[in-house]
Amino acid sequence: MMTANDPTQPVPGTYLFDGKMAKKGYGLNKMCYSFNEQAARDEFNKDPDAYCAKFGLTEAQIKAIHERDIIGLLQQGGSIYYVAKFAGLLKLNMQDIGAIQTGMSLEEFKAMLVKRGSGEA
Amino acid sequence: MANIIGAVTTSHIPAIANAMANKAEETPYWKPFFDGYPPVRKWLNEKKPDVIVLFYNDHGLEFFIDKKPTFAIGVADEYHNSDEGWGIATIPPVTGESELSWHIANSLVEDGFDMTICQEMKVDHGLTVPLSLMWPGNEYGHVKVIPVCINCEQHPMPQPKRCYALGQAIGKAIESFDSDMTVAIFGTGGLSHQLDGEAAGTLNRQFDLECMDKLVDSPEELTTYSNLDLVKIGGAQTVELNMWIAMRGVLRGKVTELHRNYHAPISNTGAGLLLLEHEMPK
Repeated sequence: MMTANDPTQPVPGTYLFDGKMAKKGYGLNKMCYSFNEQAARDEFNKDPDAYCAKFGLTEAQIKAIHERDIIGLLQQGGSIYYVAKFAGLLKLNMQDIGAIQTGMSLEEFKAMLVKRGSGEA
Repeated sequence: MANIIGAVTTSHIPAIANAMANKAEETPYWKPFFDGYPPVRKWLNEKKPDVIVLFYNDHGLEFFIDKKPTFAIGVADEYHNSDEGWGIATIPPVTGESELSWHIANSLVEDGFDMTICQEMKVDHGLTVPLSLMWPGNEYGHVKVIPVCINCEQHPMPQPKRCYALGQAIGKAIESFDSDMTVAIFGTGGLSHQLDGEAAGTLNRQFDLECMDKLVDSPEELTTYSNLDLVKIGGAQTVELNMWIAMRGVLRGKVTELHRNYHAPISNTGAGLLLLEHEMPK
């Protein structure tokens, strides 16, 4: 589902993290917040399903976690700041997940940023 | 009356800390960014402000969305950094200024800004990266920092005009503090960027440059934007401009631009740097 077609999202390609999303994604974000601790990251890595269950994630959230589906996580109420901690656990940085979300290669994504940054695009 | 001598705005993204840790400042990618900083460091080392009031946003280190303050102020003698989930090395403690912090908190609540007042507060990259940038080698222990945290994570967020008014109220509080100490104000974060969604990678160089101009000469114009406007114009995280706007609200006297740099992108972000000198109103 593209946000362009989602009447609840006023900006295309953008998932505003508001009360509705914060409620929907509470358990998911709480799990990702726990990843501030190394012990929590280790526990997740040992048994991801058990760790997701501990925070009461929904089936759709667990699926998105399994598939490293960043857009899916946002759609399921993930806040980018907590999703970033999950990405960190996967050793992905902000540019990596930018590429994933836009469907570009990392090099394409970086090139787009350079163009925009220089005012060319 | 404490003396507000100037202000600095800077980006605070974690990639900057990584670049410093990896000694990448002179690489072609980072050089245009880091080359902006020596004049600001020189000014800080010459003027030696006693206190920095630093506007930043927490990105899920101290505050989770179980209880998310709209505005929070630290009143502690010391603040600590901690692992934010990436295993990046933490940095030395940040010195606080409890007495002035409490004075500001008292004055703000009196003025209708109902702050969350924090005696313990872990500070994340939003606060620490600017300090590491200004004092390389993390030599910032001598300067006292008052953290002011603005919600830029969960809507509803305070609007630009409210953040500007918060800055004005903080300025009034500092001016009424019976001390000859010198104070500098830091606005951190921004400028245009978007980390999330199919629109990740949104950047708006033209808007960033306009913001920097307006911040110096006509800051009230920036307060006419809504947060949704900022999201549409510059990307979802452009709301971090609110920390710059709050900073500018503090400066009620004459403002002179001493230095600026703009470089985009660093990581996904348009990075602006401003050094403003401030003369107290007569």
